[in-house]
Amino acid sequence: MQAIDFTIVLQAWPYLCSGLAFSLALTATAFTAGILLGTGLALAQHLEIPVLGHAARIYIATMRSIPLILVLFWFFFLAPVILGSLSPDGRPVSIGPTSTAFITFCLFEAAYYSEIIRVGLRALSRGQVEASQSLGLTTPQTYRYVVLPQVARTVAPIVLSQTIILFQDTSLVYVLSLTDLVGATSKLVQLNGRFVELYVTVALVYLTICSLASHCVAILKRRTAGHAAQR
Amino acid sequence: MDIQIADAEKSTTPRSEEPIIRLESVCKIYGEFQALSGVDLVISKGEKVIICGPSGSGKSTLIRCINHIERHNRGRIVVNGMELTNNGKDIAAVRRDTGMVFQNFNLFPHLTILDNCCLAPMRVKGIGREKARELAIHFLHRVRIADQAGKYPSQLSGGQQQRAAIARALCMQPRIMLFDEPTSALDPEMVKEVLETMKSLASDGMTMLCVTHEMGFAREVADRIVFMDRGAIVEQSDPATFFSAPSTDRARDFLRMIL
Repeated sequence: MQAIDFTIVLQAWPYLCSGLAFSLALTATAFTAGILLGTGLALAQHLEIPVLGHAARIYIATMRSIPLILVLFWFFFLAPVILGSLSPDGRPVSIGPTSTAFITFCLFEAAYYSEIIRVGLRALSRGQVEASQSLGLTTPQTYRYVVLPQVARTVAPIVLSQTIILFQDTSLVYVLSLTDLVGATSKLVQLNGRFVELYVTVALVYLTICSLASHCVAILKRRTAGHAAQR
Repeated sequence: MDIQIADAEKSTTPRSEEPIIRLESVCKIYGEFQALSGVDLVISKGEKVIICGPSGSGKSTLIRCINHIERHNRGRIVVNGMELTNNGKDIAAVRRDTGMVFQNFNLFPHLTILDNCCLAPMRVKGIGREKARELAIHFLHRVRIADQAGKYPSQLSGGQQQRAAIARALCMQPRIMLFDEPTSALDPEMVKEVLETMKSLASDGMTMLCVTHEMGFAREVADRIVFMDRGAIVEQSDPATFFSAPSTDRARDFLRMIL
């Protein structure tokens, strides 16, 4: 075995950074789309919108009972076949690994975020909606100006915790041969065999990012707790 | 001949003004529980009506039906000439005309007092930010907390919060104010400031419907006391009669308990 030499990391750094950039881009996209879609799913259930509310419930239950890696495989292998059978010539329609990763993470995270938001909606005092109604605000206005801003504040720490998990989960795209942070590291290891230096480094990168984010969660939690106590 | 006389009478006496609120056999049922069983109530413009009665008698449900926060199951409710059905437009119009003050204030905790007051005028009436601010400051002066405009609800005392809630309702310039036990959640030393605000509102000729246990306030302000029990109006009369000579045993028992 070669002597441990961390200078290899310096050479590998740009490539690792491009991997990290992909991980962060995937996290950011899944976060944004997940929050938007998740809010929609949560509202459909909370407002008991006919058909949609029920569909949202089934969707969330399904997504939450399947391992993420299986959803990735499902989109990668099955979705092209299904899309193909719908197209006129019947040939499988390839989605490609990158699109698969983005679509899967957005749809998967939406289910998790929506459950968090739904709990936030349920926790909000009924009086807030009644006060809005009594002032003549319409239901969309009530949710836009009164309900959702308050729910956003209360669920922020939990949403951020979920996003930390999401960031770690993006490493699963390795199975689609994509070059995220873990994917980039593995490719380098295959080339130069420096697995100790590289895997230690990448672990430290995850550790740093996630502990910083956890620290933010703690701060947010204290803030929301302080706010609730004041009320 | 009779008809002619009737007609003549009609033409000479001015037609009495249409009541601002009219309830006809209003029923409200929660599952098995009948919260309101056939309530009839007519309130004319500018009248101050105090609704009292034991807990669970349907007082709150009654006034919450008037702006359709609770949906009545049977009967008719007509407010300001508009009947409350499931027609969204009529409900919206009635809510624009009625302000409501809640037991727990229900201020929006994420907005300053000023923004609490500006939200509905801007979003419901489409008034510009500057005009809405002017309006808000005017009514915050009116309830004597204009100096608190920039603060958040959690930074105010209970009494100040309730006065802010009154100002918020007034900013929509309603014709009717509904109060649902406005002082019940307040510490005793703060009850007075809220009641004073309500008295000044009453003296301005606002039509007011108030559920309260503050009998001193009722005696002073009310044109009429409505006593409810088990979802029905048992007795209604002017305060002097109600307090000195209630005509029903249930009202007598109630008064003995609280006075």
